[in-house]
Amino acid sequence: MSSGPTIGRRPQDEIVTLKHGAGGRAMRTLIEETLAAGFIEGDGGAIGLAAFDDGAALPIGDRWLVVTTDSHVIQPIFFPGGDIGRLAIAGTVNDLAVMGATEVLGLTSAVVIEEGFLRSDLERIQRSMQETCHEAKAKIITGDTKVMGHGELDGVIINTTGVALADSVVSDSGLSPGDRIILSGPIGDHGIALMAARRGLGLEGELRSDVAPINGLIRGALDAGGDAIVAMKDPTRGGLASALTEMAEKSRVGIVIDEAEVPISTAVRSAAEVLGLDPFHIANEGKAVIGVRPEAAQATLDALRSHPQGADAAVIGTCLEEHAGRLILDTGFGRRLLTEPEGEPLPRIC
Amino acid sequence: MPEADVRRQASELKFRDPAKARALAEKLARLCEAIGREPIQVMHVCGTHEQAIAKYGLRTLLPKPLDLIMGPGCPVCVTDLPEVDEAVALAEDGKLIATYGDMLRVPGTSKSLAEAQAEGARVEVVYSAAQAVELARSTDEDVVFFATGFETTAVATAAIALEDALPGNFSILSAHKYVPPAMELVAQIPQTKVEGFLAAGHAATITGWGIFEDLVERFGIPVVVGGFEPLDIMAGLVRLVELIRDNSKTVVNMYPRCVTRAGNTVAQQQMWSVFRTAGGMWRGIADVPDGSLRLRDEFAHLDARKKYKIDISRLLQHAPSALTEQCICGAIMSGLATPTDCALFGKECEPTNPVGACMVSSEGTCKIWYQYGGHPEL
Repeated sequence: MSSGPTIGRRPQDEIVTLKHGAGGRAMRTLIEETLAAGFIEGDGGAIGLAAFDDGAALPIGDRWLVVTTDSHVIQPIFFPGGDIGRLAIAGTVNDLAVMGATEVLGLTSAVVIEEGFLRSDLERIQRSMQETCHEAKAKIITGDTKVMGHGELDGVIINTTGVALADSVVSDSGLSPGDRIILSGPIGDHGIALMAARRGLGLEGELRSDVAPINGLIRGALDAGGDAIVAMKDPTRGGLASALTEMAEKSRVGIVIDEAEVPISTAVRSAAEVLGLDPFHIANEGKAVIGVRPEAAQATLDALRSHPQGADAAVIGTCLEEHAGRLILDTGFGRRLLTEPEGEPLPRIC
Repeated sequence: MPEADVRRQASELKFRDPAKARALAEKLARLCEAIGREPIQVMHVCGTHEQAIAKYGLRTLLPKPLDLIMGPGCPVCVTDLPEVDEAVALAEDGKLIATYGDMLRVPGTSKSLAEAQAEGARVEVVYSAAQAVELARSTDEDVVFFATGFETTAVATAAIALEDALPGNFSILSAHKYVPPAMELVAQIPQTKVEGFLAAGHAATITGWGIFEDLVERFGIPVVVGGFEPLDIMAGLVRLVELIRDNSKTVVNMYPRCVTRAGNTVAQQQMWSVFRTAGGMWRGIADVPDGSLRLRDEFAHLDARKKYKIDISRLLQHAPSALTEQCICGAIMSGLATPTDCALFGKECEPTNPVGACMVSSEGTCKIWYQYGGHPEL
């Protein structure tokens, strides 16, 4: 965050707005300045709040206990390719997985429901959570339920917390110059499908969210790449651009992405162009970005591609010593910066 | 090859072939060398052009003597403060405001629509004027469509205004702008020395390229109408520099797959039956005679300015902040400065905390430079 001469806060800084929830810089600054203030010191050898990683890792003997939590709100609750229940399980399982913790010990589920919510919808969400847990080889081990008055929230909120043990943890900050960046599959599907469904754009056709637990896929990559896998992240809110910018900043390397190598489906590419949105800024819920030492890149890629969820995996970029903290896109025409989205992506006027 | 791949290649390679773009860049460099002086200043007047140039990294391909200036091409940026204030005042008075997404964060005198929304006012993002009408049909609340944009969106607003049986709770707050008078104004600014215009292909699909003949005749500046794919832009620039080299004062249509000389006459007829031109400020630039579009009297029943008493005085009590006075958006939109000339750029002024409108819209030069790195040396 820049820190030029401040002329006092402007009125808009006094309240929280949607831009603070969009997963970009505004959100990180808000958290640093308010919610995490006073808690971020003294994590010892563990990965704690100060790391702003996907979760925490606490040393237990010679292993690590990995913990993560996430509250899920989404409109519409049922969307092409998934629903809030599937999202609540996959989101937390994936946050654990990208820290190297692919075998889930257990999940908690806290559900807050608005008065008037259909019981049949709740049952549908529950079935979906169960199916997704089955896919992820995970179990819900405890939970909590609250009901609030009509209008006090919008439908339903689901919070899930996940715990897992891992022999070693993978942070999002371990990149060095020369490392390769691998993406596990096409980007943009979740956010674009949601936007199309939400706005009734008539573009829905082939657009489906990619929401899925990918701990199995990541286990395969970790087995193939071993210690050569030095950083991982799931590019959710803020999209691939936010995930890679965070990785570049924390690792103090530059990252150059070869645009032609980034898998994007034709449906997403077309819808994003119509809406004036950048697929690099759009949320994904079933993808991983993996930083790997160059000598293990091919083996890691092969392992990903041999898994049904990783068939379109690709090496999309390389880490540089220069331009530390910056993400650069090589478009094939020339190079330019690739920056994080600022606030919620909004469609353009023309 | 699977069918989807065939479609992908067909849609992408035709106008997005990096090798062809480099060949055009070399041709452009030879042309500039033949002219033998610098800078050769040409101006585009379209945020979508700047978007495409930045997004594809085309600036790194342009020869050094060619100075491609960005003109007043962002409809969001030129929407004037009092126009935003009117929308904010209506929102605060309980009207449901429907508008295009990138209008949300444009600062008004004291607040933007997004800030009014955070304080409880109702603002809905729509993708079209038709969607704003649908919104009005779905509610008993008064819906005001805050209509912004150039000819391209003004025709869509006009088509809606001409529909039968519009719901009684629907009205329009027009902040539409009309581009040709602004090009004339910029052509007359002595400091800019624009030698040629790259005109916006999408606006020309409506107005037709013939509309620029008058400008060429009166100011002696060649105009090339260009599309928005990388090769459209490169080919348009090559043609424009050829015209400059040959001292040829003419209009050339380099976007014939969409643009004709007459344009879309049905749309023009609809637009002029609904709107009249009026003077009015283009934010940061100047009062542009005939540069604003207002609803004609026959459409008074749809005109939010006539239907409601809009009192913006309470929003004007904030004196412009010290920051606002340092903002050079106007000079940037007139082609006299670039974002990096501004002391606030990337410091006090960022997309999440914009001082000027150019940092808000994805069509705004400052936002585009912030996002893509301006003149990068990467």
